[in-house]
Amino acid sequence: MQKQAIFQSKLLPYALVAPQLAIVLIFFYWPAVQAVIQSFLLQDAFGLSTSFVWFENYLDLFKEPAYFAAIVRTFVFSFAIAVSSLSFALLLAVMADKPLRGSTLYRTLLIWPYAVAPPVVGVLWVFMLHPSLGVLSRYLRAMGIDWNPLLDGDQAAALIILAAAWKQISYNFLFFLAGLQSIPKSVIEAAAIDGARPMRRFWTVIFPLLSPTIFFLLVINIVYAFFDTFGIIDTMTRGGPGKATETLVYKVYTDGLLGGNLGSSAAQSVILMVIVVMLTAIQFRFVERKVTY
Amino acid sequence: MVEEEGFQRYLAHVILWIGIAIVAFPVYLALVASTQDNAVIANGQMSLLPGGHFLQTYYQTLFVGTSGSTREPVLHMMLNSLIMALLIAVGKIAISIISAYAIVYFRFPFRMAIFWIIFITLMLPVEVRIYPTYKIVADLHLLDSYAGLSLPLIASATATLLFRQFFMTVPDELLEASRIDGAGPFRFFWDTLLPLSRTNMAALFVILFILGWNQYLWPLLITTRDDMQTIQVGIRKMITTTDALTEWPIVMATALLAMLPPVFVVVVMQKLFVRGLVETEK
Repeated sequence: MQKQAIFQSKLLPYALVAPQLAIVLIFFYWPAVQAVIQSFLLQDAFGLSTSFVWFENYLDLFKEPAYFAAIVRTFVFSFAIAVSSLSFALLLAVMADKPLRGSTLYRTLLIWPYAVAPPVVGVLWVFMLHPSLGVLSRYLRAMGIDWNPLLDGDQAAALIILAAAWKQISYNFLFFLAGLQSIPKSVIEAAAIDGARPMRRFWTVIFPLLSPTIFFLLVINIVYAFFDTFGIIDTMTRGGPGKATETLVYKVYTDGLLGGNLGSSAAQSVILMVIVVMLTAIQFRFVERKVTY
Repeated sequence: MVEEEGFQRYLAHVILWIGIAIVAFPVYLALVASTQDNAVIANGQMSLLPGGHFLQTYYQTLFVGTSGSTREPVLHMMLNSLIMALLIAVGKIAISIISAYAIVYFRFPFRMAIFWIIFITLMLPVEVRIYPTYKIVADLHLLDSYAGLSLPLIASATATLLFRQFFMTVPDELLEASRIDGAGPFRFFWDTLLPLSRTNMAALFVILFILGWNQYLWPLLITTRDDMQTIQVGIRKMITTTDALTEWPIVMATALLAMLPPVFVVVVMQKLFVRGLVETEK
């Protein structure tokens, strides 16, 4: 698609794109290329010499059980976060879509957590469920649960998933509400006239019409769980106990921070890039006709 | 109109209020904790009702900081966050709108190549290229600087795509008309296109401000000096000390102060926020 009415100028357009191009090249392409190059190199322990090792860094990674475990963990986290957050948000959106008194107030009271930063989410949840001083931990213990996410890996994982899902409710709610409001009321009325009860109307009419929104949100939530949970994990568990909450992004961070193996860290970055590109491609391929607002 | 029975409607209200309570509870708890005495909280005896230390806690948080090693007033951290968020939002909008203008309103060699170079950046968040980016920023001597905090985060295509999409919908007649009036590319941009883009810019600004304010990993890596800390980084450092020494009322007050500006923006500029959110995801 092109404009018919345009300006003629030889140099001006270059001057206009120059700032963005410069920033993108320096802070985006240069580091990305560096990461790819670095991932094919092996540095000795003192950083004195480097040698080209082809795919050795990648092969080493996949031979490492810890890396494989991190991949599985990241996907489990992503699906748990996406499914729990999506279902809760959908329930709320369906309720808020009804012609209720005060529906704008409800919307306002449900969307603000979008603006809470991941590390702050982590701090809030760690405080609420802290093993010794957390307010909710008292009740958990009263219920006979031996609650200690500082020692129990599964409990730590559950804590991360809950906190991450909590933050994402507002985002999912907003998009579900928009999706629901775009469903023509006449379709629902027709189903009602045919005698379908509310539950049946939801599963046979509304849910299928909402499926593009659901799919779009699923991809967005997985990307969110991959990257934006970093701040939550870092303030809550730091990947621990052991490696029970170490996701792929967190592993890139800690491996690089310890400074040991630059090649391996770079190879991990490249693998992450490939995963993101794939997720984005899926999104573009299947969700072209996005939701209509 | 589909008739909603009384019970259905009642149920909807109840479910929504339960949802709101679940969403709000962690924040309520933080508010309550920030008004209580640390010794009581550390004992696990925290009350669910506000205490009497409100003024004392917030005064210490804003102007003094924790008693620990990273003694930095939170007000200063908030200033750093504000500068970073504004630089990211304004910077991104400024460079994007002019490059979108060039791509839509001019024909020049490599136009599409440049468009694609910018477009591809859409795919990779800063998290996947942190260490190489860190090295470049270090080589440019930008560690512990506002430029270092904001420049790498400006490098993304969302805003460019958005403005491009919007410019494509602007009728050609407008340009013809202003050309008859003798306007060149600068006049047309300034007098016609910019005023038309105002709502788009505002919506984008709201989203970018929130995203900028909430940045975490990048500032964590490139700031080492306490006086360059953003609030998100500062709050993490407050709970790194051994648990017994964590000053929870201050931590919770900081958490609330950290969420105040972006939550305020979402609530007060709700229309623009929703619009920006929906548009940047397209």
